[in-house]
Amino acid sequence: MDRSTTTLLFIPGNSPGMLKNAPVFGADCLILDLEDSVTPAEKDAARILVRHALPWLKTQGTEVAVRINPFSEAFLGYEDMEEIALSPPDVIMLPKATKEEVQILSGLLDEIEKKKGLAETGIKIIPLVETAAAVVNMREIAGSSGRVAGLLLGAEDLTADLGVKRTRRGLEILYARSKMAMVCKAAGIAAIDTPFADIRDEAGLHYDAHTARALGMTGKAAIHPGQINVIRKAFTPDEEEIAYAARIISAMEEAEKESRGVLALDGRMLDAPAVAWAKQTLEKAKRATTW
Amino acid sequence: MNIPRRAEAGSTAKNDIHIIVEPPAVQSADGIDLELQSPCLRQFGRQIEEVIRETLARMGISRARITAADGGALDYTIRARVETAVRRALGGR
Repeated sequence: MDRSTTTLLFIPGNSPGMLKNAPVFGADCLILDLEDSVTPAEKDAARILVRHALPWLKTQGTEVAVRINPFSEAFLGYEDMEEIALSPPDVIMLPKATKEEVQILSGLLDEIEKKKGLAETGIKIIPLVETAAAVVNMREIAGSSGRVAGLLLGAEDLTADLGVKRTRRGLEILYARSKMAMVCKAAGIAAIDTPFADIRDEAGLHYDAHTARALGMTGKAAIHPGQINVIRKAFTPDEEEIAYAARIISAMEEAEKESRGVLALDGRMLDAPAVAWAKQTLEKAKRATTW
Repeated sequence: MNIPRRAEAGSTAKNDIHIIVEPPAVQSADGIDLELQSPCLRQFGRQIEEVIRETLARMGISRARITAADGGALDYTIRARVETAVRRALGGR
């Protein structure tokens, strides 16, 4: 889990059919959900099923995360951790995250890794930013443990907390997205955008994903397999970007050959940030084609 | 260990298995009384039965009546649903 992870797919943890088919959908990371997609009466069944499915899923070539229940809700989060400690995933996603709860979770993971002889801090944490308080405290949450590999924005819960409507245009989450992009870039961790809830609206998803990328988010969660390709394309440089990036690198190499300190392309002067953008663009494009 | 009460887990949805565990029909009966339904009974019936019995044995259950309706579940799903049903029967929910 890092800034190159662009597609993350939520899978209901109590659905054997979805778990079985999950690896073929091509997401960079599968999120096995024990929270919102599981009814209260089936929480026990879901965590036991996820625990049994994890060893098989981890052999299928994709990263596996588990979204547990919040620690604040009737100890459900603790029961989830007790169960999946027997078969740990790569990442734990912590909903309604606070700095203190991330640290509690990190402590639980220390014990699990020690008991099972796993690499220290190998299991990562993705806190979900879903409340106004979490948006305000984003930097502290991101820095609360060395295990934090990214932040995931939960817009549905956030807008409910704010008492505003979640819209297609997304103005209501502009600040949260922008802040997350900055905080995560500064911390060197992934900035994962909120899922797009309308699975029938492909144009809306396209706009939402491109907006997130333009603001500096590094990936986006999906709630349906059909959303993965749209998200992947949005977070992958297109042909025009790749061609321009390649031209910048060529111009840079030519300038170096001629010992010229000044770099120009199409009549425009280019400086170090432009070259850095070009290198990052080509690297992202290369990673996308090796998938 | 014995099953003190009836409990169930899973469903009849595709790729799932519905498991009912309950005390033996006859109080003095030993062993596991298993009734299995599956669309792949001929091809996979024995394997499904083995997975159910192994899971019960691992959990220390030696006397029980089990009803299983399989919808094409993988082994890990069968183990999970059996374990869930047993833990619910033992009051661990």
